Amino acid sequence: MYPENYRYTKEHEWVSVEGDVGTMGITFHAQKELGDIVYVDLPKAGATLEQGKPLGSVESVKAVSDIYAPVSGVVVEVNESLARSPEKLNEDPHGAAWLVKIRLSDSSQVNQLMPAAEYQSYIGE
Amino acid sequence: MPGKTRQHITRNEALLFELSSPGKRGYQLPDLDVPAVDAASALGPGNTRQEIEDFPEVSEVEVIRHFTRLSTWNYGIDLGLFPLGSCTMKYNPRVNEQVARTEGLLWAHPYQPEALAQGALEVIARLEAALAEITGMDAVTLEPAAGAQGELTGVLLIRALLESRGNPRKKIIIPDSAHGTNPATAAMAGYSVENVKSNGHGMIDVDALAALVNQETAALMVTNPNTLGIFEQDVVRITGLMHSRGALVYMDGANMNALVGIARPGDAGIDAMHLNLHKTFSTPHGGGGPGSGAVAVKKHLDPFLPYPRLKCVQDHWTFDYDRPRSIGKVRAFCGNFGVLVRALAYILAHGGPGLRQATLDAVLNANYVRKGLEPYYELEYPSPSMHECVFSDSRQAKRGVRTMDIAKRLIDYGFHPYTVAFPLIVHGALMIEPTETESKQELDLFIQAMAGIAKEIEQNPEFVLKAPHCTRTSRVDEVAAARKPVVRWTRQPAAGKAD
Repeated sequence: MYPENYRYTKEHEWVSVEGDVGTMGITFHAQKELGDIVYVDLPKAGATLEQGKPLGSVESVKAVSDIYAPVSGVVVEVNESLARSPEKLNEDPHGAAWLVKIRLSDSSQVNQLMPAAEYQSYIGE
Repeated sequence: MPGKTRQHITRNEALLFELSSPGKRGYQLPDLDVPAVDAASALGPGNTRQEIEDFPEVSEVEVIRHFTRLSTWNYGIDLGLFPLGSCTMKYNPRVNEQVARTEGLLWAHPYQPEALAQGALEVIARLEAALAEITGMDAVTLEPAAGAQGELTGVLLIRALLESRGNPRKKIIIPDSAHGTNPATAAMAGYSVENVKSNGHGMIDVDALAALVNQETAALMVTNPNTLGIFEQDVVRITGLMHSRGALVYMDGANMNALVGIARPGDAGIDAMHLNLHKTFSTPHGGGGPGSGAVAVKKHLDPFLPYPRLKCVQDHWTFDYDRPRSIGKVRAFCGNFGVLVRALAYILAHGGPGLRQATLDAVLNANYVRKGLEPYYELEYPSPSMHECVFSDSRQAKRGVRTMDIAKRLIDYGFHPYTVAFPLIVHGALMIEPTETESKQELDLFIQAMAGIAKEIEQNPEFVLKAPHCTRTSRVDEVAAARKPVVRWTRQPAAGKAD
């Protein structure tokens, strides 16, 4: 369920790093807790993100929740398809429904995040 | 040949657009007795429109029947218990309405000369004084038109005071059990928000709070009782802590129905707070308003209050515009004046002992419901309840039924649902506030309904998942409505008919 090569935050985001670019999204657990997601608000390419600060929000039929940047950096790409089909976040949160790609400003931040096994015990699964 | 049998019109109301027939009129005007003027040549062609597309063409009686039928679909406090937690849906006594229709108050105009508006001004002055006494504060503004605007006003006052001291500071601390509007207020006032978690009793963790407060902290926004219906017992320690570090304390007074006549926030060290007159002081708040978010403050915030302020000069009420440190006006004129009249009528009709009794009854009713439902629903925080109680759906969730499903089924029993899935710190929350309005008989009916639903979930969860069964429309697809909203009606060409 939770890819081994991803790292996870306590706020239920994941990040997968290739070179100096990290792809991030929200976890399966997060989408399950949120319920049916109806709207996604994301930053624009070029925006500067700071680890732990809100980068956008997701709105489900239950609530609007902030999404926090798992790492600091600059947004290089945004998953535009989510604007038209937010339901993808419920269907494939670890894959097709990635949120943004970030050029990392400090790659050591990734090591502070949880590996899959630790995240799974954190959420009690 | 009779057509296919359809639901009676009282069960299935068409939109006014769909009731339209071309050429039908709801009015008759006499023939012109002056020469006709061409609107386009008189006003310029850019300022006229030839026709309004699909504007409903219906007769007067059709319009009257349409809206009268729709009005019978409504649910209000005049029909039965309205246990919407945190909203204080109490009965609005009819004497309020009678007083608000007093000719001189009903027809008072904001531009009426002061000399001719002394009665209306006295209403404002007396209400300000009554609310100051009830809250233990020094001054009150009645301008803000709703709770959220009251919050914003209060936090802008705090910002103005801190700016006058040289540094507005940067952040506001908000507990996870506070009202959902509080973080929005802080952000609107230019502050960043920091959360402080509740402890196991559902109260602010004072040690965690102490660790957060520093030179950057402008204020704490506390809801007391909080959204769990639990009184923040450490409130005096909390205000002392904040003040010792140069920060202020704002109280969201939305839950004041648990405190009136019993405890005064001002005595606990609160610097500023708002009251929802439409909740605690029984003015109608169905349909979203009009409301009143009166703000009460201590002396040190008084100079910053919205202007004008009322003052009495030689037995005469007059507006004082000379308030150089004021944050400015937050609303035109004197706020929602009709609401203020009703609130004062309520306060005067009850008197001090009556207001206190209402509070005691509200707390008693909430605890009666809590006791009645404890065998069926999970109470996450056993701390004493004040004016409302919050259960979780954890027992029912094991059968696949969640708080929203229980609420839908409650509609079948003839009650308005409780507050669903809030506060967020209780997973699958059922937030129930009966208010002092309800008799034991009405509360027993409600408890029986809720107990009945719990039993239905044990025996036949599918049945509850498909609720409501007795309403005009079945469950709507909220997900589709949010993902693919249709916000504008368009004419669907009728099958087999010419357009």
